Amino acid sequence: MGNGPGGASRRVTAVIVGGGQAGLAASHCLAGHGIDHVVLERGQVANAWRRQRWDSLQLLTPNWLTRLPGCSYRGPDPDGYMDAAQVADFISAYSAARGTPLLEQTRVTSLQQEDEGYRVQTDRGDWLCASVVIASGAFNIPVIPSLAAALPRGLDSLTPFQYRNPRQLADGGVLVVGASATGLQLADEIQRSGRRVILAAGEHVRMPRTYRGRDILYWMHRTGLMDESWREVDDIRRARRVPSPQLKGSPSRECLDLNSLAAREVEVVGRLAGVSGSTAQFSGSLDNTARLADLKLNRLLDRIDDWIVRAGLPGSEREADRPAPTVLDAPHRLTMDLGSGEVRTVIWATGFRPDYSWLQVPVLDRKGLLLHDGGVVAAPGLYALGLPFMRRRSSSFICGAAEDAREICDHLATYVRSQWRRGRIRAA
Amino acid sequence: MNMYTPIVDNGVNVPALLEAREALAEMPEAARFQWRASCHWVHGTHCQSEVERFSGLGKEQSHKRCFTFDADHPEIFAAEDSGATPVEYILVGLASCLTAGVASVAQHRNIQLNSVRATVCGDMDIQGILGMDRDVRNGYQGIQVVFEIDADASPEDIEAVVAQSQKRSAVYDIVTNPSAVSVEVRS
Repeated sequence: MGNGPGGASRRVTAVIVGGGQAGLAASHCLAGHGIDHVVLERGQVANAWRRQRWDSLQLLTPNWLTRLPGCSYRGPDPDGYMDAAQVADFISAYSAARGTPLLEQTRVTSLQQEDEGYRVQTDRGDWLCASVVIASGAFNIPVIPSLAAALPRGLDSLTPFQYRNPRQLADGGVLVVGASATGLQLADEIQRSGRRVILAAGEHVRMPRTYRGRDILYWMHRTGLMDESWREVDDIRRARRVPSPQLKGSPSRECLDLNSLAAREVEVVGRLAGVSGSTAQFSGSLDNTARLADLKLNRLLDRIDDWIVRAGLPGSEREADRPAPTVLDAPHRLTMDLGSGEVRTVIWATGFRPDYSWLQVPVLDRKGLLLHDGGVVAAPGLYALGLPFMRRRSSSFICGAAEDAREICDHLATYVRSQWRRGRIRAA
Repeated sequence: MNMYTPIVDNGVNVPALLEAREALAEMPEAARFQWRASCHWVHGTHCQSEVERFSGLGKEQSHKRCFTFDADHPEIFAAEDSGATPVEYILVGLASCLTAGVASVAQHRNIQLNSVRATVCGDMDIQGILGMDRDVRNGYQGIQVVFEIDADASPEDIEAVVAQSQKRSAVYDIVTNPSAVSVEVRS
């Protein structure tokens, strides 16, 4: 049983699930170890970048940080930000230049433990292997809160995967739920299209685009914050849940935060806490939520300032252009009648989760997330890549793929060789 | 594992709380508590409530003794003022929860508290409860909390403790977010 349309199952030492930046970085590293492997990609390389991003999306990280093992940005604009198509092209070119052993249009339908290794079933045949790298991404499925089911009929309800641009929206107001990078960017461009926007803001991470004349990611990189290890942070479970920072990549490097949106008449209200009949209920905790984000922002800038002093860099207090505290109209409204026609569309920028519906190995926690120790999954020979704060703060960024892939593939190579020595598996 | 150096004493056993959190991560069903109160009518608007039993950690639990609370209304409401008004109990609950949270968070962050005072004000237009104006809600229009804290820490660190206390406060959550309430009459 289990053989694909091609007949017998094929054998390979390692299977990489997912042909995005993480999977391709892993392929590069496994090739360096001389480990035969195959990359299985459900669509085409960099699929999510091609199909699951809205039209105007630009990377949060500047071009000079857009790099993969053995390949860095060489274009004319190191301080710019790629759009989704440019990212997809960058990743595709990376794959092509390396002759990656890649099978596109091959969807993994199940992964099971079998004998001393794994059986990977796909819609184009089975693979038997000693080791698997799960590089299928952390943001596969939009998370929509259960209260969405209580929305009155007649409202359009969109996820960020369904949203392309403001022109697709019905005439009328838009309620954007969520204040991470996605929520703020969508609220920003929808407001600019001339629509009325209400933004329901829960816990969020505020971050200025630039500080002391440089991109905030320059500072996070220089100070070592991007490389901070999962073993160093106080509470790694919390660190892995932190939403994406309120950043936007744009040529003007403008700052995007609740202040800048409120100044353009976006109505900022508290977290969407309930829907009762046709009434949306917003939390009264916005004040504290904004305060927490301001405090955290200033702790980040304190760390950068401390680093500048320790490093002996020139710089004056005057250059410390800290963003002003968040000031919102108080009190904001606590309810809104969703049946009044004020709002025609609700956009759920409420996060994403990985899709492990194909994973038949008991390595998920009760919330459906992968149990792993720095990407080493709790089943021998099984690894992950590209998850938030997996081994370092940059783990889910393109620039984090190289180091994570190197370390995970070193572990994988050691495991596979020990299995070869014991004769548990044969070299393919 | 959190490293903890007990050089600060606010009287909160943070290591025990952190251990409990680790243990509950393994058995989340034990984290489900039920809090209870019973209330009986005395006379007029005077009611007396009792709090004693609750459940949690997978079994029935009990306070060390039964606590009683008298609630009534002031004389200007043509009542006998035998206790605080129910809406004042809400303020007591909010202030107590936030202040206990300040002590716990400060302990966890190794901040010695010398004194903490929370003053809570709730603004209410009683046209709501008197049914005089349907545009006026029954409950508070807004609640303001002022903390005066003397602690061995910078103003920013103290502010962060207060903010974190709100983030983790049950009563703050109950007051700022809607809750479903079911009321049943048994004959």
